[in-house]
Amino acid sequence: MSSVHIPSAAVAPGSNGNLAKVGVAALFVLALVAPFGLYPIFLMKALCFALFAAAFNLLLGYGGLLSFGHAAFFGGAAYIAAHTVKVWGFPPELGIIAGTAFAALLGVVFGWLAIRRQGIYFAMVTLALSQMLYFVALEAKFTHGEDGIQAVPRGHFLGFLDLGDTYSMYYFVLAICVLAFWLIYRTIHSPFGQVLKAIRENEPRAISLGYRVDQYKLLAFTLSAALAGLAGSTKAIVFQLASLTDVDWRMSGQVVLMTLVGGVGTVFGPVVGAFILVTMENYLAEFGSWVTVIQGAIFVVCVLTFRKGVVGEIAALVRRGKGEQPSEGGGHH
Amino acid sequence: MIPLLGIPPQVLFGQLLLGLINGAFYAMLSLGLAVIFGLLNIINFAHGALYMMGAFAAWLMLDHLGIGYWPALILSPLLIGAFGVILEKTFLHRIYKLDHLYGLLLTFGLALIIEGLFRNYYGVSGQAYDAVPDLLKGGNNLGFMFLPTYRGWVVVASLIICFGTWFAIERTKLGSYLRAATENPKLVQAFGINVPRMITLTYGFGVALAAMAGVLAAPIYHVSPLMGSDIIIVVFAVVVIGGMGSIVGAVISGFGLGIIEGMTKVFYPEASNTVIFVVMAIVLLVKPAGLFGKAA
Repeated sequence: MSSVHIPSAAVAPGSNGNLAKVGVAALFVLALVAPFGLYPIFLMKALCFALFAAAFNLLLGYGGLLSFGHAAFFGGAAYIAAHTVKVWGFPPELGIIAGTAFAALLGVVFGWLAIRRQGIYFAMVTLALSQMLYFVALEAKFTHGEDGIQAVPRGHFLGFLDLGDTYSMYYFVLAICVLAFWLIYRTIHSPFGQVLKAIRENEPRAISLGYRVDQYKLLAFTLSAALAGLAGSTKAIVFQLASLTDVDWRMSGQVVLMTLVGGVGTVFGPVVGAFILVTMENYLAEFGSWVTVIQGAIFVVCVLTFRKGVVGEIAALVRRGKGEQPSEGGGHH
Repeated sequence: MIPLLGIPPQVLFGQLLLGLINGAFYAMLSLGLAVIFGLLNIINFAHGALYMMGAFAAWLMLDHLGIGYWPALILSPLLIGAFGVILEKTFLHRIYKLDHLYGLLLTFGLALIIEGLFRNYYGVSGQAYDAVPDLLKGGNNLGFMFLPTYRGWVVVASLIICFGTWFAIERTKLGSYLRAATENPKLVQAFGINVPRMITLTYGFGVALAAMAGVLAAPIYHVSPLMGSDIIIVVFAVVVIGGMGSIVGAVISGFGLGIIEGMTKVFYPEASNTVIFVVMAIVLLVKPAGLFGKAA
């Protein structure tokens, strides 16, 4: 078998109609008022990672391609955004666009190379390519080595909205994320998304039906890379920092973990997973490298007992409650 | 001697030797990965962490028990190999029926746990292991270069280990069972061979290889919790280049890439960290299945 089978819960909100719409509306309202109750910086971090994980999930959950090198797009874009804004004086929105464009371009190149191999080889190729970018970032002049690019000015959005203000920054980030989530949602439910799922389920069959599988994979990879870059550039503006942590292989692992915890192949899973892990990191920060140990333990537990993730398990429960047959690996949209 | 392409021969051969030594480690580690992958269908992400544990075991034995290099070279692989057996029994054997990717994720989690624990206790800076036996101290002047004995020993030891593994798998009865089980585990089981136990022991053996590489590495590189993750990603690239089809392939590509890396250090040092990845990209373009791999 050449393609990768992810036992996805494949629960799109579309399948549960109105309930999901209410859920999305409630989430949106919650996101609007959240900064008045919770620490906005924490929320922005969680949003950036939610977007990063959602971008990653687009590839793994719907294309069945496990990339172990998404830190390259996240961190690479962060460097470009930080550099263009700080050194070249770009306004923040242009810096983010530049970072995203860079990630998309990188995605085309990496994707073009990586889709030549399947399964675990694909994962290893992406990991190796992203490590190459790590070394470039380590040695290039403009990335400033261990220091990273610090004190990136947040600037003014479109020249008038001062992003130095925490609340303006928050709503700016929220707007970017909502737009990106909408794009991901539309992609998943487009004919393109359906073909992608078909490739995930049975690649030889998709080929025999006349689909140019590689083109679909490459497009999905590029889109996922660009969105991961969008998350990375936004993060660089919010935290005014781009550093080696962003391109490290552990960052690639972290986004895999977020998606796994939340639920691979579910629309909300990556968001939930990102919030869980960012919260955890926040509370465990004082324990230093125990965070790594705990993350590793969560990986192990997830793989052994909890493969559907939080959202996937809940969706399975809901479906069982309704007396439907649990569907493995196939969506019903 | 006459400088070659403007490079003094001492520098050239010195880097060639360094490349050979790095290549020796790439070969041993990718060999272990290939052996494990053959039977378990798992890419052992924890391989780097277990290599690091092998080095640490040697250092701890010296530090706490006064056990020297030669005993450690045997004891550490046995100890870490036994740890590998426990890992297989408690975790890995639960996921063989799942997609291969879960094996990667599970062992990635294990690698994080192991690395994190060692970082907690020993920090990120390295510990020096200086228990090289007298036999391996010093060096020889070969005329065109100075060869430190220990470094020569590492290359020789690696070749012995690689040849031994190749011989055990390709030329012995046990190895033939192993190869048969790789092809068709059910059939081999039907002939009365305990395949699950064979799988467990194979994992233990692969882990022991990593640990032995770790002990060999301890006197050269600093013994540090990060030494495993630094090398494992490069080894992954080596595996992608060589393909996991054959043992000989793993060894040749390991040494070959080590030498290429060493030569890059001479002629274009800026690229020495990335050259293996560049080679990987080129191989993917020209021969997507890897140099020694079978087409998927």
